[in-house]
Amino acid sequence: MAASDELGALTKAFSGFGVDEKSLISILGKSHPEQRQTFRKGTRDFFIQDERQFERWDDRHVIQLQHEFLRFKHAIVLWTMHQWERDARLLKEALYKGPTHNVLIEVACTRSSEELLGARRAYHSLFDHSVEEDVAFGIHDPERKLLVALVSSYRYEGPKVNEETAKSEAKFLSSAIKGAAGNKNLIENEEVVRILVTRSKLHLISVYKHYKEISGNYLDEDLDGHLYLQETVQCLCKPQAYFSKVLDASMIPNVDEIKKEAVTRIIVTRADVDMKQIKEEYNHKYGVSLPNKIEDVANGNYRDFLLTLVARGD
Amino acid sequence: MSSLSVPAHVPSVAEDCEQLHKAFTGWGTNEGLIISILGHRNAAQRKSIRQVYAETYGEDLLKALDKELTNDFERIVLLWTLEPSERDAYLANEATKRWTSSNQVLMEIACTRSPKELLLAREAYHARFKRSLEEDAAYHTHGDFRKLLVPLVSSYRYGGDDVNLTLAKSEAKLLHEKISKKAYNDDDLIRILATRSKAQINATLNQYKNEFGNDINKDLKADPKDEFLAILRGTIKCLVCPEKYFEKAIRLAINRQGTDEGALTRVVATQAEFNMKIIKDEYQKRNSVPLDRAIAKDTTGDYEKMLLALIGHGEA
Repeated sequence: MAASDELGALTKAFSGFGVDEKSLISILGKSHPEQRQTFRKGTRDFFIQDERQFERWDDRHVIQLQHEFLRFKHAIVLWTMHQWERDARLLKEALYKGPTHNVLIEVACTRSSEELLGARRAYHSLFDHSVEEDVAFGIHDPERKLLVALVSSYRYEGPKVNEETAKSEAKFLSSAIKGAAGNKNLIENEEVVRILVTRSKLHLISVYKHYKEISGNYLDEDLDGHLYLQETVQCLCKPQAYFSKVLDASMIPNVDEIKKEAVTRIIVTRADVDMKQIKEEYNHKYGVSLPNKIEDVANGNYRDFLLTLVARGD
Repeated sequence: MSSLSVPAHVPSVAEDCEQLHKAFTGWGTNEGLIISILGHRNAAQRKSIRQVYAETYGEDLLKALDKELTNDFERIVLLWTLEPSERDAYLANEATKRWTSSNQVLMEIACTRSPKELLLAREAYHARFKRSLEEDAAYHTHGDFRKLLVPLVSSYRYGGDDVNLTLAKSEAKLLHEKISKKAYNDDDLIRILATRSKAQINATLNQYKNEFGNDINKDLKADPKDEFLAILRGTIKCLVCPEKYFEKAIRLAINRQGTDEGALTRVVATQAEFNMKIIKDEYQKRNSVPLDRAIAKDTTGDYEKMLLALIGHGEA
């Protein structure tokens, strides 16, 4: 392999999601000291020229590399976990790292009532606390009430929907949103929160439909500027669109680690649920197939594992 | 041919009315007495009775009968026949439909049941009412009451004995601070009561007493008429000493105090299979008279028989 090609391949092997183990073995394993020096000098990103005349690994990149090498392990461990443990740990992590409220909303709203209950049980076992007590303690207003209620919900999942109530609640949301234009306190509106937090998903889908008829706009679009409420509605009413949006936002270059972790999380947690629909949404929205996108940005075992999971939807 | 048998010496209409009225007053209805009078009077006699009854007691006899016969005895039989989780769902639904700020039933169910029992009740609620308990509770309550009750009915508390004493100390301090400022509807105050495990709350309240001298419920008595304070006190009692809460509910019902008339039926029907023995012990301790005697004195007929059977049930 020509020297410059090798440089490129090696750089790629260390970039994006996961690492290309095979290339690292074949290129680095066979490299001479001078080749490695060329590599070090040639990649400004990874190495810094030290004042004492040697090229030093950039610490930040080493830390990032740690994440990349472990990405495959993390995906495997997450995949093998019981779903309840997985969701309980995701909820716990969401409180500690960040906190990342969107993960709390995602887990609380895209799981079935029984699955969320299971996660709450597992949370008891793993952490000797209830999830609601930790969320309530770790998060403050104005989003506390919404998030505590979301993780505590046990929504009715049957087919019965009261269309009259759904219509009137859509009307109410429409005027509440108009009334809140400009200021941020829609999340503190008790009635808005009540509707989103207690009603069944089918009921909310009906509310979503009536809202469009009444106001001409989509409910989640009108909630621009009220991020948590918007994400709540998206997760409850159109989860596959939500997931494909998050995936796309995570697979851009130089995005932070928290965003990168979303890729593993979503693919592992949805592989056996609605991966097929997510792929369709993704393709429809972004004009490229999800597997192709993953091929582009991911490497090695991690990439192969993701592709295998994503193919389960076929 | 009529099978009616009227006695040779029929009491006066006034006497009949008095007996009937007696059969209705007090707890429950003396079905036997009603049957022995009305069942042995002919049409003309019944007509007179109705007339005189209305003149004497200001109420249509039929209305009184309808009210009384569908009340306590039927109700306790209905409640008793249901499975515990169905029963809780039924009572919770009733409580949301006729919710008022003095209604403590939602809180009672949310706080005295174990986390698992509350979950089963919520499941039964889905099945029976095709909605979730929290959606009905949220819809029918408002203000501070909603702020407290919805998290209470949605809770799935950690059920273990693990307690964090440092946390208990800091949360006791926080509670005291809020109570001193009369900030009874404070978010953190409600957070603690609605999310912490029962063991943790117990530890926190012990710290409260150690640190500040009073039982928390004493400090929550600032305004005896404030119904929100009443429900806060009830919440605390239900979480850490439910038998005391139940004793009081029964005592007030038997003594015709307070607004919770249905408490005797509800508590006996819901606790007979669970805590009845300690509730009886508590009652005896507090009132110096055994519960069965109090019930026998204050109720009549089949209703009384049923109650006594149920409270003896715990000793089987």
